[in-house]
Amino acid sequence: MLPGDTLCNVLYIDLGKKSYRIEKRPALFEAGIGGAGVAIRLLAEECPAGCDPFSPDNPVVFAVGPLTGLFPLASKTVAMFKSPLSGNLGESHCGGRSAVAIRLAGYGAMVIKGASETPIYLAVHGDKVYFRNAATLWGMDNLFTAGQIIRGREPSPGTRTIMRIGRAGEKMIPFAGVTTETYRHFGRLGLGAVFGSKKLKAVVVSGARSLPTKDVKEYRKIYEQIHKAAVESEVMRKYHDLGTAENVLPLNVIGGLPTRNLKDSRFEGAETMSGESFAGKYLGRRLACSHCPVGCIHIAALREPDEREAFFYKTSMICYDYEPIYALGTMLGISDPEGFLKLMHKVETTGLDVMSTGVVLAWATEALERGLITEETMGWLRLSWGDYKAYIEAVEKIVEQPNDFFKALAGGVEHASAIYGGSEFALSYGGNEMAGYHTGPAAHLGLLLGARHSHLDNAGYSVDQKIVMKKQTTPREIVDRIFEEEQWRQVLSSLVICFFARGIYTPEVVSETLGSAGFALSPDELSSIGKKIHFEKYAFKFREGFKLQEERLPGRIFETMSSAGRIDADFMKQAVEYAESVLGAAGAEESK
Amino acid sequence: MDGRMRLSIVDRDRCVGCQICMFACVRRQGSAGLDGACIGVRSVGGMEKGMTVIVCRACPDPPCMKVCPADALKLRNGGGVILDAEKCIGCGNCREECIIGAVFWWDEKNKPAICIHCGYCANFCPHGVLALERGK
Ligand code: SF4
Ligand code: SF4
Repeated sequence: MLPGDTLCNVLYIDLGKKSYRIEKRPALFEAGIGGAGVAIRLLAEECPAGCDPFSPDNPVVFAVGPLTGLFPLASKTVAMFKSPLSGNLGESHCGGRSAVAIRLAGYGAMVIKGASETPIYLAVHGDKVYFRNAATLWGMDNLFTAGQIIRGREPSPGTRTIMRIGRAGEKMIPFAGVTTETYRHFGRLGLGAVFGSKKLKAVVVSGARSLPTKDVKEYRKIYEQIHKAAVESEVMRKYHDLGTAENVLPLNVIGGLPTRNLKDSRFEGAETMSGESFAGKYLGRRLACSHCPVGCIHIAALREPDEREAFFYKTSMICYDYEPIYALGTMLGISDPEGFLKLMHKVETTGLDVMSTGVVLAWATEALERGLITEETMGWLRLSWGDYKAYIEAVEKIVEQPNDFFKALAGGVEHASAIYGGSEFALSYGGNEMAGYHTGPAAHLGLLLGARHSHLDNAGYSVDQKIVMKKQTTPREIVDRIFEEEQWRQVLSSLVICFFARGIYTPEVVSETLGSAGFALSPDELSSIGKKIHFEKYAFKFREGFKLQEERLPGRIFETMSSAGRIDADFMKQAVEYAESVLGAAGAEESK
Repeated sequence: MDGRMRLSIVDRDRCVGCQICMFACVRRQGSAGLDGACIGVRSVGGMEKGMTVIVCRACPDPPCMKVCPADALKLRNGGGVILDAEKCIGCGNCREECIIGAVFWWDEKNKPAICIHCGYCANFCPHGVLALERGK
């Protein structure tokens, strides 16, 4: 690390005592680089073993990396905390302006602990931290409004991030997320609920300082190469043009698009719900995270007539992506794009995680269909595939929890199915609701084995498409591929490089760019750091009671044909056993 | 460099808010990060409303120049100003005077950061928002 680089500054904030301090921790960053590598260490240090996720002791850690603010596409913030949804490792990544703001405010990481008695929001402007009253914002219906108000009250528009929670977070729903810059999220695993438990409505961070480089000429040269590679890359075209929604049609063609709670893997409405259809009819604007040339964020403009008055219209700007289209679209049998957008907007205003919400609602619909629950249990709400209006009502009920059934749903699909039955079609892994791929065994193994049970941990769905669909393979080969990918991704997420840019940031390029930031790490050294971080994450999971052999694979995935044919239970069993032995051996190695 | 060229915003609606231009301007000055950027990109009241790009318009008769008590701002050929950093006392009058907010601030140096219309940023804008054009 370069002398004078503020990356090594860790900002510790205590919400209970309303105090803060800055500590220099160069060794922490030398070893863990930044992002995930630093966050897992801070989490292990700060989170007491067996900590209740809603205890004031549960820390919220944010970390960015040495390339943030220096090079394009290194603008993600990694959050770590103990998850109220899985009761174990919570990790979530978010872009927007968050990472650049934290780095240029002069920090490599932030640790927020304690809890406030009354609602507050934090404002971190450079080296000053302000504890502001948020009582008036608490309970506000629409998350967008809370963002608007803070925006008007705080300085530094353009070089700040506003991370905030909605009602879902305030009510500590374990799959509530944190929203930044209106359209980006720390989704999955309930960071929003942890904010809520601390009475923390929002965190504003601003900063626009300068950063040191090793050799400015060399830096500019490498910068130009990366910039060029990025703007000329295929990803640039793909993610800028249609965005991740481009995946809808190809996944449907190969029969990997989970539909109606994965009763099917092809959706008859895929055409109208495709990236092409949204871009053609609704795309209103594209946005980018700070320092990203791609601009993958797609915003639809939905123009709706007022119900009471003629010639009165309102236009809402609603973000869409592949995963929301899967979770709130195909999984719920919704083929009307406007219906989907309205439902999406509803979920966004509450601050629930979109993916978990969709999976939970899909489970509830099937449970009703099968008679496990009745309309009466639901408080006379009738959910049926495609009926987006009923789903909008259900989202409100998940937040408000007017009866026992919605209280159960608000606990996540695993929780709800433990009470009402139907766990064979409750689609979750390690307590986290499933992502949108039924491409074959690797997709599901990826979710099961991923340290945060996210499709982004190791992209198992891509292993299916590249290997399983093409040739005869073994459980061992798949697990090796999954772990290998996850380990390299630890390097990327320690540098907080966007996974979309993984083709640009090859090990050699990463090593070169790190040189500009004063880190001398060869591709080989990087890969062993990746491995180490992966095991550290698992060590935390084991410490908190994770047992792979006790995790379940939902029965449904074996029933519905995947892109790679029917998934064989025996094959999966062998894969899990092998994974167990790899992690066990690594654990023994670590503890030496 | 032709002195009459100026940086213009050819199509604000194409801006995605990536701020690549801001980082470019800082690199041009031999630094990194955002301190000293002479161009600013921010949303117009939230991301849902789109972006605004703020940069010096190369005024032929620059108001900022007139309020400098240290005579540190000189009229640039083609409009706008050139800063003589050695004369500048960091009072901030120029920043107050520019009603579009195009006089930015270099915090670490405590000096204004004003666009010199070099066009470096335009070379990096991935979405065709900026261009160096002949002044009208
Ligand atoms: S034209 Fe040159 S000085 Fe002006 S904003 Fe762009 S890079 Fe900066
Ligand atoms: S580089 Fe272009 S698209 Fe990006 S913020 Fe600047 S003007 Fe907008």
